[in-house]
Amino acid sequence: MKKITHHHRRHWLKQVQGLGLLAIGFCANPLAAFAKKEDANEAIKKIAGGAPIQNGKVTLTIPPLVENGNLVVLKVSVDSPMTANDYVKTIHVIAEGNPSPNIFTIHFTPRSGTANVTTRVRLADSQKVWAIAQMSNGSYWQGSADTLVTLSACTEMI
Amino acid sequence: MSKTSRTSITMPTTAKKDSIIEIRAIAQHDMESGFRYTEGGKSIPRDIIRTFTCTYNNVEVFKADFYSGIGANPLIIFTARATESGTLEFKWVGDDGYEAVNQARITVS
Repeated sequence: MKKITHHHRRHWLKQVQGLGLLAIGFCANPLAAFAKKEDANEAIKKIAGGAPIQNGKVTLTIPPLVENGNLVVLKVSVDSPMTANDYVKTIHVIAEGNPSPNIFTIHFTPRSGTANVTTRVRLADSQKVWAIAQMSNGSYWQGSADTLVTLSACTEMI
Repeated sequence: MSKTSRTSITMPTTAKKDSIIEIRAIAQHDMESGFRYTEGGKSIPRDIIRTFTCTYNNVEVFKADFYSGIGANPLIIFTARATESGTLEFKWVGDDGYEAVNQARITVS
């Protein structure tokens, strides 16, 4: 008799565990609510216009864990001498998990001195953020960073 | 309807020729993303600053396009090469006729 109850309890525990996993699955799938990864890829494609994008040169820095997605310090720097014939023309910052993929675009000139920029962005979710740089010779370079956001921005009610 | 707000620039007042200076520019603005709803379910229209431009003695040296993903009171930190003494002008332009201008002088030696 005792054995059966034990078995029942175990079975019940297993069911509860299953439910729990299911619930986590629902919560951890926020991309389904936005489905923005495609939009981000689309935006990146549009920037480069079909030209190949190489990895490297671009460093994007965001905190790996963000408590509040409303103000996240984001830094982008591109390795470039910034001379009249070799400089970074533009940097596009694209979010994979925001309702709108574009965050900002910077237009540099050789007189910018460096291709470093820091600003504060909104992140709606845990996601990957991309920075795509176009050099003066027309080549494209990219870098990315992942972050975990515990309190989302942009879509909350007021 | 045009509107404006407070802005602030932090940058050195003097610099050595051809050195690189850091500039911090901030504007007071809600940067309403256009993705939020009121409790009644009504969508709040987008109202953001769209561009920020820095000119150095009337030559554009840096420009930024902002989208909804930029946080409230946009702060931007960037650099410029100190080429000559003069005035740097900063201009923010946004939705609903928003415009703000700020200036800073620099002496280059």
